[in-house]
Amino acid sequence: MVPILLGTCFIIFVLFNMVAGDPTQLLLGKHATAKQMLELKRELGLDRPFFAQYLDIVKSAFTFDFGRSWSTKQEIIEMIKIGAMPSLTVSIPAFILSTIVSIAVSLIVSFFRGGKLDRIMVFACVAMMSISSLAYILFAQKFLAYELGLFEISGYEPGFPYFIPYILLPVLIWVVLNLGPDVRFYRTIILDEIYQDYVRTARAKGLSEKMILFKHVLKNAMIPIITYVVIQIPFLILGALLIESFFGIPGLGGITLNAINSSDFPVIRAMTVLSAVAYIIFSVITDVLYTLVDPRVRLK
Amino acid sequence: MEQVEKMPNVESETQKSKSLWVHAFNQLIADPFAKFSFIIVGLYALVAILSGLEVIAGNWDMQFGDGYSAPSLKHIFGTDLFGRSVFLKTIKGTEVAMSVGLVTAVISMIIGVALGATAGYFGGKIDEVIVWFYTTVTSIPYIMLLVAITFILGKGLIAVYLALGLSSWVNLCRLIRGEVIRHKDREYVHAAASIGASEFTKLFKHIVPNVLHIVIINFSLQFQVAIKSEVILSYLGLGVQGRPSWGTMINDAKQELAQGVWWQLAAATLAMFVVVLSLNILGDALRDALDPKLKGKK
Repeated sequence: MVPILLGTCFIIFVLFNMVAGDPTQLLLGKHATAKQMLELKRELGLDRPFFAQYLDIVKSAFTFDFGRSWSTKQEIIEMIKIGAMPSLTVSIPAFILSTIVSIAVSLIVSFFRGGKLDRIMVFACVAMMSISSLAYILFAQKFLAYELGLFEISGYEPGFPYFIPYILLPVLIWVVLNLGPDVRFYRTIILDEIYQDYVRTARAKGLSEKMILFKHVLKNAMIPIITYVVIQIPFLILGALLIESFFGIPGLGGITLNAINSSDFPVIRAMTVLSAVAYIIFSVITDVLYTLVDPRVRLK
Repeated sequence: MEQVEKMPNVESETQKSKSLWVHAFNQLIADPFAKFSFIIVGLYALVAILSGLEVIAGNWDMQFGDGYSAPSLKHIFGTDLFGRSVFLKTIKGTEVAMSVGLVTAVISMIIGVALGATAGYFGGKIDEVIVWFYTTVTSIPYIMLLVAITFILGKGLIAVYLALGLSSWVNLCRLIRGEVIRHKDREYVHAAASIGASEFTKLFKHIVPNVLHIVIINFSLQFQVAIKSEVILSYLGLGVQGRPSWGTMINDAKQELAQGVWWQLAAATLAMFVVVLSLNILGDALRDALDPKLKGKK
């Protein structure tokens, strides 16, 4: 775990501090004098030895002290605190809903495997995956929200019941975007189990297909499903970059996007460190969950 | 299969054992969906090459009429802001899309196979280091990695190739590593060792061809993921500059849709949909045909 964190910080350091070019030129514009650039470098701490800069990144992974944004001069950790809530109000309901819908659909599809419904659904999944996510967002915003007025076009209001109308369409788009790949993945997992010997045994005992699917297959398919679900969670904090920016949700995705547009390295770096830390924590959680669902892992 | 091949050639030509590849090819051709997809991908490739050679769509930047004229018989996809034919832009965009798909898939294939095969074959410390390296890379969100690499390389087609290629090899690397570990103690590898094959020969001449199906399946998937990612890069302002691509066309639609101009978005989305769908179907068909684990399951 620690070596991975150190490695991640090293890659981030190499990308942003070593090779990404001199940011002072970018910040001061074309007509900066050498003296100004030097001063700014000192101000941003870029004149310090590389090793010290690397240590700063590693430290920030534990203290969450990311320094200040170059463009807005805000404390980055404050920006993250403000942005986290709107992001999570979209990504958590969307994630839960899309997981439930996808697993339900894939169970139905596996139940009718090889049949017409199965083939149509598999084809529909592939077709849905073949459309650009940007196209979904643009079409939905234009036709569902603007022309038909079914949803809010964009915006956000903090506080519990108030944000709901604003997240409906983003959540819907999220579910639709994930349906294709998720159903395909879950279906493969479930079908992998269906051809195992224990299923044949269960069938030979005279269990109904329904019982087999829910009591035997689903339980065994849980391991890959849990891995797949849990490992997505860390990326939820970034929210949906595109969805947030299109629907004017002031979340972390939006902050990241602004930072990308204004070459605000500390913010981009902070977001990368943050999601890497979350990723590492959640991969440990996945390992713990394994032992809970699979007695075989516990024995080892 | 192996036994049949060792038998003396008393049988007639027709009874000769078919290799995995011949089998797979026959299975692909027998599936009308796969055949059709293969033809479509081929057509796109042809269009891309022809447009690259300026045989077609060389005049994409010519002004044909008023800006934003709706689709008509003359311009089936209408015109854009500068009165350029959206149809010709879409054709020209094929060049970017296909080259991005191809180059990205090749880059990620080379890195993934080289690292994955080395890690799986040599094991020990080398394996640990490579596993550490790819776990580290996965812990950085894909979009952040893309953004960081394009920041360093600047904007343009080469940056797009490298950013997508360098950030998408992990999956293949992991699969190849696992498969090589399963293969490295098989008899054919020991047989090769006994006639004095070097480590390099054993790995790349004997083991890698046996795991090649994974590479091919992954290649077709990577190809379409890259085409889709190009759109995201364009949206972030890090995409291809100064020439039409489907990404920039879809990105332009942000402003255009408010004015009721939908044809540029529609044309690029449609062009992308057809080729990505075909690549997806082709990838699935390839997996069905090549993955030995799926044999007999339908």
